[in-house]
Amino acid sequence: MALLAVSQLTKRFGGFTAVSNVSFDVEDGEILGLIGPNGSGKSTIFNCIAGMYVPTSGSIRFEGQEIAGLSADKVCHRGIGRTYQIPRPFRNLTLLENVALSAWFGQQRAVSRAECWRQAERALALVGLPTDAGATTDGLGAGALKQLELARALATQPRLLLADESLNGLDHAETEQAADMLQRIRTEMKITIVWVEHIMGVLMRVVDRVVVLDHGEKIFDGAPKAAQADRRVVEVYLGADAAA
Amino acid sequence: MDCHLDIFFLEALLNGLLLAGLLALLALGLNLVFGVIDVVWICYAELVMVGMYGVHYAYKGGLPFIVAAALGIVLVAVAAGLLHVLVIRPVLETAPINQLLVTGGVLFFLQAAATMAFGVEFKNIGISLGSLNVLDMSFSRARILSFVVALVGMLALWLFLTRTYMGTAIRAIAQDRQIMPLMGVDSRRIYLVTSAIGGGLAGLAAGLMVLNYDIYPQIGLQFGPLIFMICVLGGLGSMIGGFVAAFVISQFIAVGSSCFHTEWGYAVAFLFFMIAIFFRPQGLFGAKS
Repeated sequence: MALLAVSQLTKRFGGFTAVSNVSFDVEDGEILGLIGPNGSGKSTIFNCIAGMYVPTSGSIRFEGQEIAGLSADKVCHRGIGRTYQIPRPFRNLTLLENVALSAWFGQQRAVSRAECWRQAERALALVGLPTDAGATTDGLGAGALKQLELARALATQPRLLLADESLNGLDHAETEQAADMLQRIRTEMKITIVWVEHIMGVLMRVVDRVVVLDHGEKIFDGAPKAAQADRRVVEVYLGADAAA
Repeated sequence: MDCHLDIFFLEALLNGLLLAGLLALLALGLNLVFGVIDVVWICYAELVMVGMYGVHYAYKGGLPFIVAAALGIVLVAVAAGLLHVLVIRPVLETAPINQLLVTGGVLFFLQAAATMAFGVEFKNIGISLGSLNVLDMSFSRARILSFVVALVGMLALWLFLTRTYMGTAIRAIAQDRQIMPLMGVDSRRIYLVTSAIGGGLAGLAAGLMVLNYDIYPQIGLQFGPLIFMICVLGGLGSMIGGFVAAFVISQFIAVGSSCFHTEWGYAVAFLFFMIAIFFRPQGLFGAKS
């Protein structure tokens, strides 16, 4: 059984269909790339899974249970963590408080205060941020803020991580670091990952499989190598001329 | 004008200081709710009024005062929770003016209900703690007690906000409403808890108010505007700002009353408020616009 099974998912906003009849599975332990140009429906799918949007129709099953329409905090409790494309840290809290808050409220089972702090420290250490009690968000760059975002999601102890990475704000070194980080999260923490991106580059090297979207529809589902050879994918990314 | 740097002036200064504790406590609940939920409870002073009646009747009914006061805290906390669920929540996502209007409606409702239930006459709880005389100065013991309890109450809130996860979540949600659910936080619950705490602070203040003032249905109008002025002067939503502003305003009232005439104290305080807001529209400690 797939860890996450999205089937015939449709999301309409008024007359606009953002996601149309999209189905895909996420297998336990894999890193799945969800790619497509701007406006192709990636973020809408993420928001439907994470409980920010209620799907117009279709089903989303996580560990065999229907989660479509659950509120975001309940989806989080089920074991799905999510990062945002644009980091949104709590500036008035310390790094540790930012992450410990996730650990405290984000888990289904009750955890002790001390355990929450340990989990928060572990998450911060894993992403490479300082774990001392006084560290604040002051002066953190774009890369570090993304790491904080990731640590907050990891602190909820998810089985599935929805990573809205969109690395185009980062330089080459930071992009490589972010890709390595996701691989480490998969192998060290045994977390399955869905990675959203709109440029293909480094993602293709890391993911096991890609789902490609265009105008709210799935146009490809398979190995990264095959995607790069696929006519429709190339059309979407490089225009019809390149594919001809 | 009769203003000398004599012992009476010092007495006025110290009385102002004592008054400030109670005003700061009152401002705190309103500021907490505004800072977190972004809603101004126009009926805040009326919640205090409800609490005062609650404490009054609980005490007259034979309960020890301390129990009656504790009951007052619970009563207003529950009332504030109901206010949030029944009145605020349905209009939370609509234009801010709606929230002002509905809580304004609750103000009139509570005043009318109190008049119907308890009558228009002034009620005195009948506890006199007397006064403390130092040198040639006289201080009301009720006011000293209020000052101390208010400070303890504020300290307890500060510890709660900084030392507990719920408190941390309350501080965090004030900054970003949308992100909290992704961290597993049910924002509806946080808002409800915040409202109940805001109400609890009003209830604590109510227990102290009955020791200092007679109760009548319109008592909210007497100190409500003052509380709003303090909150705005400090910067709406800024708890530190409200605290400082309470001390500033109460000094204007106390010293103004001492130098001129009692009524002038309030006039001077509002005059200062208008000038201060002209130069700092966001308030002394305000960040929100």
